[in-house]
Amino acid sequence: MEKFQTLRSGVVPLPIENVDTDQIIPARFLKATTREGFGANLFADWRYTSDGQPKPDFVLNDARYLGHQILLAGKNFGCGSSREHAAWALYDAGFRVVISSYFADIFRGNALNTGLLPLQVSDEVLQGLFEVVAQDPQAALTVDLQAQTLTVPGWAEVIHFELDPYKKECLINGYDDIDFLISQEAAITAFEQQRSWVF
Amino acid sequence: MAKTLFDKIWDAHVVREVAGGLTVFYIDRHLIHEVTSPQAFDELTARGLTLRRPEQIVATADHNVPTRHQDQPIQDPLSRSQVDKLTENCAKFGVELYGLGHQYQGIVHVIGPELGITQPGLTMVCGDSHTSTHGAFGTIAFGIGTSQVTQVMASQCLLLDKPKRMRITLDGDLRPGVTAKDLILYVIFQLGTGGATGYFVEYAGSAIRGLSMEGRMTVCNMSIEMGARGGLIAPDATTFDYLKGRRFAPQGENWDRAVAYWQTLYSDEDAVFDAKLQFDASAIQPMITYGTNPGMGIPLSASIPVLNGGSEATSFDKSLRYMGFQPGESLLGKEINYVFIGSCTNSRIEDLRTVAAYVRGKQKAAHVEAIIVPGSKQVEQQAIAEGLDKVLAEAGFELREPGCSACLAMNDDKIPAGAYCVSTSNRNFEGRQGPGARTLLASPLVAAITAVEGRLVDITQYLN
Repeated sequence: MEKFQTLRSGVVPLPIENVDTDQIIPARFLKATTREGFGANLFADWRYTSDGQPKPDFVLNDARYLGHQILLAGKNFGCGSSREHAAWALYDAGFRVVISSYFADIFRGNALNTGLLPLQVSDEVLQGLFEVVAQDPQAALTVDLQAQTLTVPGWAEVIHFELDPYKKECLINGYDDIDFLISQEAAITAFEQQRSWVF
Repeated sequence: MAKTLFDKIWDAHVVREVAGGLTVFYIDRHLIHEVTSPQAFDELTARGLTLRRPEQIVATADHNVPTRHQDQPIQDPLSRSQVDKLTENCAKFGVELYGLGHQYQGIVHVIGPELGITQPGLTMVCGDSHTSTHGAFGTIAFGIGTSQVTQVMASQCLLLDKPKRMRITLDGDLRPGVTAKDLILYVIFQLGTGGATGYFVEYAGSAIRGLSMEGRMTVCNMSIEMGARGGLIAPDATTFDYLKGRRFAPQGENWDRAVAYWQTLYSDEDAVFDAKLQFDASAIQPMITYGTNPGMGIPLSASIPVLNGGSEATSFDKSLRYMGFQPGESLLGKEINYVFIGSCTNSRIEDLRTVAAYVRGKQKAAHVEAIIVPGSKQVEQQAIAEGLDKVLAEAGFELREPGCSACLAMNDDKIPAGAYCVSTSNRNFEGRQGPGARTLLASPLVAAITAVEGRLVDITQYLN
């Protein structure tokens, strides 16, 4: 996993609530057996017509937001299917942060395991961020993971965000859970020897 | 100290707690399928690791398989390669595989219970969000991403923060024509599509106790549709009767020991929940969804709500535009062209019996394409043994071979753009059943009646 420390980037606004992982990456693109290349089909049905032409009214096809690495989305982002491919697709398309007022549980975990930061803010802050981007599509936000802050141009105060301290360390250092779990081998073996509920 | 059912099972599976409030959590059973496992096997190989407990893993091919001519090679090269990859990986790593053609093949959440792999008090995971289905047995079961699939493969554990606990109590008798599917669609409508995010839900009350195991699985299956990590129902005589004699259920003396333990799995009277909700089950009516998430449900005979502004207005309008519906409109009389009966929500023998009982001696409407996809080879064989295949065929329904099919349309079973499909599956997301497809979620009974009438009707007028 790549390290994540700080990011200064413009935003791609997607003011839709309950964006499910079927929208992020439709099921018909899940036939690959590797992790790479899902970005090309990110939001495929919102982004392209049935004959593969870009839909001009979809935000990912709007030149003003090209290259921006922060996705700003309505609440309950990533609900539905557990497909980690959704996080891979966002990452592959260049996103490093998704900001929303809350995330579906499985997506949040998948994002963290992919090196994509799910940054949760209040409904009010989310609304304010949509307004900032509406006024200036090039407004650049700064995410500082160590300090757990989000800096917004024109705002007097930085926004503090929460993140599990262990997950924070993982992202900053590019670690994942496997190394940690493998290191627990002795405890796991001891545990297995006293399982009494398997008949 | 008084404990909830969830706490009892959770506490028994804590290997250790680590700094920051995370838990090294032990997984008893791991189900895998062709779509979310190949990258996990590759990651394992890339790190020089192997499966820690291959005997605790069971594999099947379901998401991406055709539902016709399963005895022949898969036509779609990408699907074939994914299914072949599962077969290769299972052979290489020593995992039991119930692949195409095997007598136990089927949808992962149908075969686990019917083989007795799913048992009370266990923890189960699968790279599929509908793993919550297995909670019907008093099992902590939940969906995980592929990185977590790798973690369980390598360590038999996950690093988790403990979810909050919610209890949803449904007391009262269900009305005629109201099923487990209507019950859970009603609950999701009440909570909204994200209303249980962060929680593990225990379903309780007389209406839940009165459900068959199939019905309880339907309820727990859709827990994820309101954001819950999983759903749980305390095991009881219904659970034990269902499990007894199944292929991997405990046998002989072990059975008695198992039941003695399982009988301790319930929430103590004074147990504390983080949230408690209560609904009157007798008020529930046959349900249908009108929008593009499972929380957008209404009683079949009600009208689509009218929204007055709010942050959700944009999403609501987008949803109705996609569906081709107007706020305030009734769905009764809407012509339907497709009926899909299947998926891990409603493809069990009880569902097929419900459909067959209604359509016996009737004919589907000429303009409706009605397909019925059994959840497993065992369900298919049981349906044939009971003669349901003939009843369905005579009524114009096409009985296919097992798989996830048009629930997520990874295979060829797709609904055309713009067409309406009444579906017994679990998700009505945009494009879920094919690009542009419009899905209306409902019970198998509503689906059967719709197929015969060719349009949405108030089903209470059609019951015997």
